[in-house]
Amino acid sequence: MQLSRILVTGVALLALAIPATAGTLKWGASRDISSLDPYSYGDSFALGVLNHAYEGLVRYDRNLKIEPALASSWEIVSPTTWRFKLREGVKFHNGADFTAEDVQASLLRATNPKSPLRGNIPAYKGSRVIDAHTIEIDVSANYPLLANDLTTIYIFDAGWLTDNNAEAPTDVGSGTEGYATYNENGTGPFKVESRQPDAKTVFTKFDGWWDKPQHNIDRIELTPIASPATRVAALLAGDIDFTDQAPVQDMPRLAASPEVKVLEGTDLRTVMIGFSQRDQLLSGAANPMKDLRVRQAMQLAIDLDLINKKVMRGKSRNAGALVAPQIPGYDAAIDTPVKADPEKAKALLKEAGAEGFEFEFNCADSLVNEEQVCQAVASMWSRVGLKPKLDQGTRAVQTPKRSSGRVDVYTLGWATLPMLDTYSLTSQVLHTKEGSFGIFNWGGWSDKEFDKVTEASAVELDQTKRLAMEAQSLKIAKDHALMIPLHQQPLAWATTAKIKDFPLFSDNLPRLWLVKM
Amino acid sequence: MTIVDQTTKNIVRSAPSRLARLRDSDLWWSFTRHPSAVAAATLLLLLIGSAFFAPFITVQNPYDLASLDLLNAEIPPIWMEGGQWPFLLGTDTQGRDLLSAILYGSRASIVIGAASVAVSLIVGSSLGLVAGYYGKWADGLLMRAGDVLLSMPTMLIAILVSALARQALPPSLREVGASGVIVLAISLSAWVQYARTVRALTMVERNKEYVQAARLIRVPTWRILVKHILPNTTTPLLVTATLNFGLGILIEATLSFLGVGMPPEQPSLGTLIRIGNQYLFSGQWWIVLFPGLQLCLLVVSINVLGDWLRDALNPKLR
Amino acid sequence: MIAFLVKRIGNAILVMLTVAFFAFLIFRFLGDPVEMMVNESATQVERDELRTRLGLNDGFLAQYVRFVTNAAQGEFGLSWRNQQNVITLIADRFPATFELVIIATILSLAIGIPLGVFTAIGRGRWWAEGLQFSSIVGVSLPSFFVGIILILAFSVSLGWLPGYGRGEVVQLGWWSTGLLTPSGRAAVVLPALSLSLFQITLVMRLVRAEMLEILRADFIKFARARGVKRQALWFRHALKNCLMPVVTLTAMQVGNLIAFALVTETVFQWPGMGMLFMQAVTFVDIPVMAAYLCIVSFIFVTLNTFVDIAYAVIDPRLRAA
Repeated sequence: MQLSRILVTGVALLALAIPATAGTLKWGASRDISSLDPYSYGDSFALGVLNHAYEGLVRYDRNLKIEPALASSWEIVSPTTWRFKLREGVKFHNGADFTAEDVQASLLRATNPKSPLRGNIPAYKGSRVIDAHTIEIDVSANYPLLANDLTTIYIFDAGWLTDNNAEAPTDVGSGTEGYATYNENGTGPFKVESRQPDAKTVFTKFDGWWDKPQHNIDRIELTPIASPATRVAALLAGDIDFTDQAPVQDMPRLAASPEVKVLEGTDLRTVMIGFSQRDQLLSGAANPMKDLRVRQAMQLAIDLDLINKKVMRGKSRNAGALVAPQIPGYDAAIDTPVKADPEKAKALLKEAGAEGFEFEFNCADSLVNEEQVCQAVASMWSRVGLKPKLDQGTRAVQTPKRSSGRVDVYTLGWATLPMLDTYSLTSQVLHTKEGSFGIFNWGGWSDKEFDKVTEASAVELDQTKRLAMEAQSLKIAKDHALMIPLHQQPLAWATTAKIKDFPLFSDNLPRLWLVKM
Repeated sequence: MTIVDQTTKNIVRSAPSRLARLRDSDLWWSFTRHPSAVAAATLLLLLIGSAFFAPFITVQNPYDLASLDLLNAEIPPIWMEGGQWPFLLGTDTQGRDLLSAILYGSRASIVIGAASVAVSLIVGSSLGLVAGYYGKWADGLLMRAGDVLLSMPTMLIAILVSALARQALPPSLREVGASGVIVLAISLSAWVQYARTVRALTMVERNKEYVQAARLIRVPTWRILVKHILPNTTTPLLVTATLNFGLGILIEATLSFLGVGMPPEQPSLGTLIRIGNQYLFSGQWWIVLFPGLQLCLLVVSINVLGDWLRDALNPKLR
Repeated sequence: MIAFLVKRIGNAILVMLTVAFFAFLIFRFLGDPVEMMVNESATQVERDELRTRLGLNDGFLAQYVRFVTNAAQGEFGLSWRNQQNVITLIADRFPATFELVIIATILSLAIGIPLGVFTAIGRGRWWAEGLQFSSIVGVSLPSFFVGIILILAFSVSLGWLPGYGRGEVVQLGWWSTGLLTPSGRAAVVLPALSLSLFQITLVMRLVRAEMLEILRADFIKFARARGVKRQALWFRHALKNCLMPVVTLTAMQVGNLIAFALVTETVFQWPGMGMLFMQAVTFVDIPVMAAYLCIVSFIFVTLNTFVDIAYAVIDPRLRAA
């Protein structure tokens, strides 16, 4: 006891010796960003982090509504052309002025064939500089969602790109590093001071920011801590001030601590289960899941309440629809979670002649407690007599199997990012796989009725009509049990008590320029 | 799995006879004089016995998904508040009875450890015999192969093989394949040690008169190798095998802990510790502690036996 | 002597070439880089284009020759995950792993040698036998479990020492060190302890065995007869004579420690090469895995060759082997 007191005093003295770091926010994330180049990897988390240094023409506000950022206003001048008025007096971190040339260079870079961000701006056709602060962007006819798409197309300084030979995104195949991988020059509220990959990335306040700062942070230190338990320990010890991934099982402990504030909500990400609709299963047997009754039986076997209570600690929101309530196109009428009924499930399976069939259940590791959710679902299916074989692996291992269709049953989490519209789900996940549609249609199903409605919603500029169409397509998906919705994931952030105002965002992307310490 | 089981049983069954051949009385005398060896042997027998009779003494089959009920998740050990019969040591996050999972997990660990010893022992000593007896290019090839494998740390090879080979397995083979891949991953570098030992001893024996004599009267080569030379190598091999048995179990646990070993629906001790580690601070400490203790007991008892065996069989240290 | 040198170094080169071949096999046949690199919504045409640009459609031999030529120049390409030069990535992480391994080595010598001496001179007494027995326990404990328990005890429950990361680091040229700051020094304690546990028992057992051997030797008996004090005998004469095997063991074990550090680094989130490797395994970042395999083997082979040559210099009889 005596020894421990001496040691504690010693540690306290050491802590005093370090100069007080006023206005430093230490962010303990679950993983690191892979690069400082926002066009390096189409990854929502990295884009969210880099949004502190780089900005797009538009951005999401506190309520996730689109608001002007580097563009001050915009209008649709023809079915194929949008005109953006750019904000004047904006400076890049290197002091250069922001002009229409920069927007054009950035759009070119983002839509370069090597750019992984191309899919984020699918309707883009070209752009024209009108004057220093006006630019016109051409899109496919009547495309309604360009502003949504532009939220993640961050603007680079054209001159800086040219000077550093970085007009095109980094090509991993070429074997040479890109300048933008290590260096940053955006217009955002913070600039990158230093970066040690997988250890620490430091952002400092940019004094020349065009917007009036609502934050009082001088410095952000982003440290990846992969182990959830370690993250919790670090937060409790005050080694970090904030984490955007607090494990749900540790929330009670965090909430009980006077040193910590928890911020809880529901993520926009809906977790769902998809089925193969091919004629054969991976084992070569005929695929009984083409029968609607089998899919319904599998849905009835799953006890959402139990998963919510035990695996998600009551923090998730059971889902009946495939999108979260905040997403445009959501319809409360179809968002009724299916009640578990194992007896009926068994009866349906018997009726369809599919009792006890064996299938692969492909699970990854990127969703909240995904491993546990998958095991729980597999166990529930086993209890109605099915024989799921769990195939658990990291996302990198599972993605190739999924995108090449080597799956029977799989999990998917879809948040409709960055578009924040049902169209993201209907066009990419549920539409028949053809052209730029159905990229995530891993089950390979095709529903003509569904496709028709979805395609119509893509060229409808009238918001009310468009949303009605999207709701209709969600209804079709539900009636045909194309996918089983499980829940919206819990959003679990936690900060130390010294942080005064920390707005929670349901897209799970912290926006620290709105934080007061 | 069946092949692996069979091999293990053979080893276990043939052990007494082999011991009998090895200066029986001396060893037994030394054994009875070492309380730590006796204790370790008793403990090990208990652990192995309980693991192999797990299906008869556990309350559920933790590998059968249909027997799990999420309602029973995270029940604490029976002596704590909220503990429930029959979950003596509590349950994990899926409602798996922890005691059952530990016993089944130990069985997986023991089988994998034993199988990797068997595989590397058989492969290593045959290669060592051939190389030592024939010499020339066979010997050169073996020594170079050994150099290459020993220049890559065991743990690194095991992780690489385990992480990569599992992906290459077709889905139908995965259930059986997971443990097979781990055995392969461990044996891949472990055989070198046996091969080198046997090779060195064979080179000595090769030139002895009795071998020359046997050759003269045209005893087939394989007979000379197996009947005359191999028995001379049993003593050092036995010690190495015992210690490698413990090492194999440790490597398996480490692989599973790192997520490249046994899959979560067939948890081994390492898998249980990995899963439990996520719940360490949220109060479910039993998920990590009990499998961890079981693992330590298992390896300690094997190593204590191995240590005693080495001293007992080495007259220099007596 | 020169023939021996040539033979030994030639052997090392041969071994390295074979290791490089394994690395190439991994690089070429496992994992699909294209799936990792493209955006989730890329079309098939885009995927095929990337495949061609990466040279994945070339013949086996062409790819192999390219790989070996590049590897020989220390060129392993870009990481699929971070788009950074793999060698730069590994070089950035090297100081962290090296410091951890060195501290663990120092700990193992500082604790292992005295313990070995005590168990040797106290042979037969209860405390020495107890120590000897506990060393078996030390070898048997899985290092990840030890790490978890250390974190739980000293980091979470007592809050004395940090349980993750490297603390504050100072940049000295390209070398980053955590040893110059208080938080850096605090951060290294638990991981180094956990990594060195196995090594401590190894050193201790070796020292004990060597000491027992030497204490039976004639020169010790003569010295004893001459009236040299026992303490001086143990520490000055006997210990000095068993240091050579300890040094050899330590040198050869450095490679193993570097490899084993990947478990410790994963448990303690230590940003070294091992953690980089484990992340590469999760992301199927094949260039990093291939390069790590080559580099760790290179360190291993270099150390072993060096030890062999050093031995041959000391003891000419070994040159024939």
